[in-house]
Amino acid sequence: MREINVSTLTDVIEKLCMEANEHLPEDVKCAIRDCRACEDGEIAKGVLDNIIENFEIADRENVPICQDTGMACVFLEIGQDVHLVGGDLTEAVNEGVRRGYDKGYLRKSVVKDPVRRGNTGDNTPAMLYTEIVPGENVKVTVGPKGFGSENMSAIRMFKPSAGLQGIKDFIIETVETAGPNPCPPMVVGVGIGGTFDKAALLAKKALMRPLNSSNPDPFYADLEKEMLEKINELGIGPQGFGGRTTAIGLNIETLPTHIAGMPCAININCHVTRHKTEVI
Amino acid sequence: MPRKITLPLTEELARSLHAGEEVLLTGTIYTSRDAGHKRMCEALARGEELPFDPKDATIYYVGPTPAKPGQVIGSAGPTTSGRMDAYAPTMMSVGARGMIGKGARLPEVVEAMKKYGGVYFGAIGGAGALLAKCIKKAELIAYEDLGAEALRRLYVEDMPLVVIIDSEGNNLYEEGRKAYLQSRK
Repeated sequence: MREINVSTLTDVIEKLCMEANEHLPEDVKCAIRDCRACEDGEIAKGVLDNIIENFEIADRENVPICQDTGMACVFLEIGQDVHLVGGDLTEAVNEGVRRGYDKGYLRKSVVKDPVRRGNTGDNTPAMLYTEIVPGENVKVTVGPKGFGSENMSAIRMFKPSAGLQGIKDFIIETVETAGPNPCPPMVVGVGIGGTFDKAALLAKKALMRPLNSSNPDPFYADLEKEMLEKINELGIGPQGFGGRTTAIGLNIETLPTHIAGMPCAININCHVTRHKTEVI
Repeated sequence: MPRKITLPLTEELARSLHAGEEVLLTGTIYTSRDAGHKRMCEALARGEELPFDPKDATIYYVGPTPAKPGQVIGSAGPTTSGRMDAYAPTMMSVGARGMIGKGARLPEVVEAMKKYGGVYFGAIGGAGALLAKCIKKAELIAYEDLGAEALRRLYVEDMPLVVIIDSEGNNLYEEGRKAYLQSRK
């Protein structure tokens, strides 16, 4: 049994909130640069150049890549041999977000009630996911999620008879509907299977997976490749001004599901697909 | 080469801009998002004046990050304009002419643009650090309690924008995509 004080988590989350918002992951930068090299739309090339210049400024000057510094999605993989001591875990996580968004001069974008609104003033609460895993470490991932793209996400409970074609059509339909709104080029996270809620979580987790990785199952790895190519034939292009680069990546995650169903969730992200991980 | 334009956005200037045209914009603009627009439209409904003179004004749909010490403003890229669609025709009816944002607009907004001579400019969504470089002055003018959504007066120099929808209703989102797909045939 290893004891970890929750204040350690607070410190790590504070740091990850700032780092994730200022420094784009290398795989995302690579994907954007690769797309720039293949882009053949005229306005599109200039837009991608500006997007590259933007993340370079953020890197150099330690400023937020985007003004929508998001809701703080926090994923904790807690080893089952860890004993968390020193206080309430959820409060420790929120304190990390509170400090990170304050010290990092990040925007506070959370309202305390979905209908009655009212800014909480400190970007809490975090959207916290915990998972118990073997071992004695805690893996912390912070993924600040902007809502221009979150708003263009979709979920559908398919009949199994809809089959693979149903999933493919739904992905294209969702990207088409999103159009210029989620700040393309986008990253598409697809979750298939599980239950209604698990499908959505899978889609969000798909966005956290590096863009240069593939689903370990060759069937889904091929589907990722095929759908990314199809999306990049739509012509929406960077910012929706027309061009090849509508998406820079598409990841699929799956789970077993019920005999009667085939849930599919699509979580859309923009080119500022941020996440940062640290193991305690 | 992008066309350099200087505000205010008179009707003559607005009607000379065309969808797909790249511009570098210089002058005074105002920031507002959903909550600010809601308040302004409620103020107009009560017959009150707006916190700024809307005649020939340009509104930037943005909620910046807080300025770090030494900065004029934090990162300041556009937010999704569609959330302002409910308010934009009212704003144009009192003289506001320019809108800077990103994403699709409803037909009623485009109709109001044709009627009043409005222009919808696109700034690059997600390029907040880059766009902040063009903002030379920032001053809070109203609704401070809204935080990031408060009303600010900005002075911008050579802000890189693209005309998405012009005063004739031409739309780059439709035409740009069509032209790109045509070029690939």
